[in-house]
Amino acid sequence: MTIDYFAILPQIILVLAGMAVLLLDPFTAAGHKSRLGQIAVVASFLAAYVLSFQRIEAPRSIFGGMFLVDSFSWVFQWLFFVITGVSALVSLRFNEREGLNRGEYYALLLFACVGMSLMAASGDLIMTFLGIEIMSIATYILAGFRRSDARSNESSMKYFLLGSFATAFLLYGIALVYGSTGSTNYAAIRTIAAIQGTPQITMVAGLGLILVGFGFKVAVVPFHAWVPDVYEGAPTTVTAFMIVGPKAAGFAALIRILVQALPSLRADWTAILWVAAVLTMTLGNVVAILQTNIKRMLAYSGIAHTGYILVGIVAASGAGQRAVIFYLVVYSAMNLGALCIVLSLSRQGDRRVYLDDYAGLGKSQPFVAAALALFMLSLAGIPLTGGFIGKFYLFSAAIQRGYVGLAIIGVLNSAISVYYYFRLIVYMYMKEPFDSEGQQIPLTAHAVIAIAAAGVLWLGVFPGFILNLASHSILPLQ
Amino acid sequence: MLTRHILSLITYLPAVAGLALLLFPRHAQSAIKTFALLLSIATFLVSLHLYFHFNPAYGGMQYEEANAWIDAGPIRHHLGIDGISLFLILLTTFITPLAILSSWHSVTDRVKPYMICLLFLETGMIGVFAALDLVLFYIFWEAMLIPMYFLIGVWGGERRVYAAVKFILYTMVGSLLMLVAILYLFHLNGATTFDFVQISNNLAAGTFRITYGEEFWLFMAFLLAFAIKVPLFPFHTWLPDAHVEAPTAGSVILAGVLLKMGTYGLLRFCLPLFPASAIAAAPYLSFLALIGIVYGALVAMVQPDLKKLVAYSSVSHMGLIVLGIFAFTQQSLQGSTLQMLNHGLSTGALFLLVGMIYERRHTRQISDFGGLAHRNPVLASLFLVVTLSSIGLPGLNGFVGEVLILAGTFLKSPSNAAIAASGMILGAVYMLWMYQRVFFGKVTNAANMEMKDIGVREKWLLAPILVLMLWIGVYSAPFLQRMDASLKLVQQRIHDAHAPAGGYRVELPRALPLDSWHRAVPAQHPAAVQTGHPNASVTGFKYDH
Repeated sequence: MTIDYFAILPQIILVLAGMAVLLLDPFTAAGHKSRLGQIAVVASFLAAYVLSFQRIEAPRSIFGGMFLVDSFSWVFQWLFFVITGVSALVSLRFNEREGLNRGEYYALLLFACVGMSLMAASGDLIMTFLGIEIMSIATYILAGFRRSDARSNESSMKYFLLGSFATAFLLYGIALVYGSTGSTNYAAIRTIAAIQGTPQITMVAGLGLILVGFGFKVAVVPFHAWVPDVYEGAPTTVTAFMIVGPKAAGFAALIRILVQALPSLRADWTAILWVAAVLTMTLGNVVAILQTNIKRMLAYSGIAHTGYILVGIVAASGAGQRAVIFYLVVYSAMNLGALCIVLSLSRQGDRRVYLDDYAGLGKSQPFVAAALALFMLSLAGIPLTGGFIGKFYLFSAAIQRGYVGLAIIGVLNSAISVYYYFRLIVYMYMKEPFDSEGQQIPLTAHAVIAIAAAGVLWLGVFPGFILNLASHSILPLQ
Repeated sequence: MLTRHILSLITYLPAVAGLALLLFPRHAQSAIKTFALLLSIATFLVSLHLYFHFNPAYGGMQYEEANAWIDAGPIRHHLGIDGISLFLILLTTFITPLAILSSWHSVTDRVKPYMICLLFLETGMIGVFAALDLVLFYIFWEAMLIPMYFLIGVWGGERRVYAAVKFILYTMVGSLLMLVAILYLFHLNGATTFDFVQISNNLAAGTFRITYGEEFWLFMAFLLAFAIKVPLFPFHTWLPDAHVEAPTAGSVILAGVLLKMGTYGLLRFCLPLFPASAIAAAPYLSFLALIGIVYGALVAMVQPDLKKLVAYSSVSHMGLIVLGIFAFTQQSLQGSTLQMLNHGLSTGALFLLVGMIYERRHTRQISDFGGLAHRNPVLASLFLVVTLSSIGLPGLNGFVGEVLILAGTFLKSPSNAAIAASGMILGAVYMLWMYQRVFFGKVTNAANMEMKDIGVREKWLLAPILVLMLWIGVYSAPFLQRMDASLKLVQQRIHDAHAPAGGYRVELPRALPLDSWHRAVPAQHPAAVQTGHPNASVTGFKYDH
C-alpha cells in the first residue's frame, strides 16, 4: 500500500512548522518571538498554496477511509488555512503589545488548524473525534493564554470543563452508532443503516448524543453558555480565531456525519435541528441586544449566526449545504474583519472594547469605522454585502423544502439583529467622542481589514465565484 | 451602444460620482459640492432622453437591458421602464440636484460623506424604479435605506438617532417579509426565474398558477413592505419623526421620492402579480387610505411645528394616492400616478421652503412667525404658490391629480370619493391657516424683522419646481399620455382576475375606454352600453351584495 503523501502535504507542513516553532522557541530571544509567528504565517499560507495545486477529479479516500480527498474537504481546508494565517498575522503585533509573544501560541494555532482540517476531511467517526480533540485541546490552552488575567483563566477553565463534557457525550454517541452498525466509517454506516431499515433506538440515541457534542462546538442553544464568557475572556486574537475556525470545522464535520453517515435518520435530525435553529437564532439575537462589550456582542451574534447556518442544514438539500458553505466563507470574512478592528483599537488588558469607546470613531478613524460599519451591515444581512447573499441562499433553501415558517423566523431575527448591529454604527457616526486617545493601527491589521472588507463587498456583488466553488464542493456529499 | 445601456448609465452614474468623491481631499468642500451638483445635473439631463424617446403607445417595458448576474440564470440584472416608472425616475433625477443645492450652506460638517450619501441614495432610488428582477429590486430597495439612515442619523436634528433607528427598523421588518415572499414565489414558479416580467406574464397567461391562499399571503407580504413605505395608516408613525429630524435635503428626498416607492410598489407588483387579492383587499385598503386622508389632515391642523405639519400632510396626500390605486379605474390610476409626481414636487418644495425659513431663524414653530410677508414678499409669494399647489388649486399640478383620483374613485364608490374630498377641504384649511399665521398679520416677533428675503440660489432652487407645477397644471397631456398604456395593462390584469366568491364581481367591459383626463366622467359610457349590463354605466367593479 502506497501512502499518498501529497494529499496530506498541507497537514504535514503545518505539523512540521508547529514542531519547528516549539523547537526553536527556547533558542529565540524574548524580543524576537515574532519570528516564530512569522513561521506560522508562512506555513499556513504555504499550506493553502500547496492545497491549491491538488487536482480533485474524483472523490477518493485514503488511509483506509479515514481521510477523504474531495472538493468538500478542499474548500474547508483552504478556508481554515487562510483563517489560521490571518489569525497568526494579526497576532504578531497584538501579542507583542499584550506581552503574550511566546512560541507555543503559534504552535498551538497551527495544531488547532491541523485538527480542523482533519475534521473537514474525515471519513470516519474516530478520525473526526481525533480532529476535534486536536483542535479543542489547542484552543483550550489558547483561551487561557493571558495567564495573569483572571478572566482569561476563567475562560479557559470553563471552556475546558464544558468542552470535555461535550466530548464525552460525543464519544458516547459514536460508541452507540458503532454498536448499532458495527462500523465507524461513514460510508459503511450509511450502507448498513440502509440495509437495517427502520433505525434502531440506539442509533437515534447515538445521533442525539453526537448532536449534543457538536452543538457544544458550534454553540447551539442550549449548549451555548460557554460562548460569551470564553470569547470575552480569551485574548482577542484567539476570539477571532475561535469565532470562525472551530465553528466552521464543527459544521464541516457535522454536515459530513449527517449527510454521509446518517441520511437514514434525516427525519430525526431535521426535526431536532429545526427547533435548535429557532432557539439559537432567537436567543443569540435577543441577548446580543443587551451587550455593551463588543466582544460579548459578537459572541452572541456568533450564536445567532449558528442558528442561521442551521437553517441551511435543516433544509437537508444540496442547495442548503451550498448555502452553508457560502455563508461560512462570508461569516469568516466579516467576523475576522470586525474582530481585527476590535483588537487593533483595544488597549492592553482588553480595555476599550465597550460600545462607548467607539463613540465618534467615524471622525477619528474614518477608514476603520467605515470598514466596521460595512462588517456590521453584512452581519445584519443588508444587500450588496456578502451577508445578504448568504442569508438569501440559506432562506431560499429552507423555503424550497417547505420550511417557510423557519425562513420567516429567520428574517424576523435578522430584523432584531439590525438593532444591535446598527447601534454600533450609531456610536461610531452619530455620537461625539469623549476621549480623543488616538491609536496607531499597524499596517498588517490595516491590510487584513481592507482585504476582509473588499471580500465582503465582492461576495455581496459578485458572489458567483464562491457560489460555484460551493456548488462544486457539495458534489461528493450527494 | 450608449442608448442601449441608458438605464444603467442613469442608475449608476450617481454612484460612480459618489465613489469618485472619495478621491477628493476632505477639505475641498466647494469642489466636492460643485462636483456632486454637476454630476447630478448631468444625470438629470441624460434621464431626459427617456422622456423624449419614450413610446407612449406601448404599455410594456422600454429601454430594457438584461444580463446574467448571479447564478447564471435565475437572478438577472434586468432594468426597464414603462409609463409608471418613467416619471418617478425623472422625479428622482430632478429632485436630487435640488436637494444637493439646498444643502449648499446648511451642511458644513462632513460635506464629503454627505454628498456621497446623497449620490448613493439617488442610485438606489433610480434602481428601485428601474429594476425588473425581483431580487435586484429588493437589493436596491434595501440598500437605499442605508444612505438615508446616515442622512437622518448623522446630519439630522436633535432626536436624529431615535428617528434614524425607527426609520430603519420599521422599513426593515416590512421588507424582510417581502424577501420571504419573493423567495416563495420563486420556488412556486419552479425555481426558474426572479424576473418580474416573466413571472407576471406567466401568471397572466395561466402557465404558472398559484392558489388563492398562496396569492393572499404573498400579497400581504408585499403589501406590508409597501404600506410601511407609503406610509398607509396605521404604519405611518415613523414618518413624522424621520421627516422632522432629517436635514432639509433628506426631508425633500424622503417626501419627494422615497414615499413614492411604496405606491409604486403597489402599482408595479401588488396589482399585476396578485390581482385577485388586490381586488379582495381593496375595500379594506381604501378604508385605511380614507382614515389616513382625514386623520393626517386633522393631525396636521394642530401641529405647532412647520415641518411636522408638512409631514402629516404627506400622510394625508399619500392616502389619497392609495385610494386611487385601489379604485382600479382608469382615471383613478392615472390620477394616482400623476399625483405621485405632484406630491413629490409640492411637498419637496414645501420642505425646501421650510428649510429656508429654518436656516434664517433656526426655529420651525409657527407661533414664532407672523407677518413674514411684509419683510419677505418674494418668499411669501413663492410659498403661496406651493401651498396652493399642495391644496390642489385649479391651474396648478395638484388639482389635476386630485380631480382624476376623486373622479375615478367616484365611479367606484361615491361615498369614498366624498370622504376623500372632505379630506381635501381639510387640507386647504390647515395649509391656508398655517400660511395665514406665518405670513400675514403684523410682525409680532422682533427677530423676524431682520429676516432676509430669498436669495439667488434659492430662487434657482424653486424656479424649476414652480415651472413644472404650472406646466402640469395647465397642460398635463404629455404626462398622462405616457402613463396611459402601461396603466391600462395593470387595469387589464385586475380585470382578468376573477376574485373568489364573496369578493368583487368583475364587470369591466373588455375594451377599456381611453379617456383623457378632461373627459374623466362620461355620463354614459359607449363601451358600457354595448355590454348592456345595467350596472355597467360606470366603469369599475361592484360589490357582490
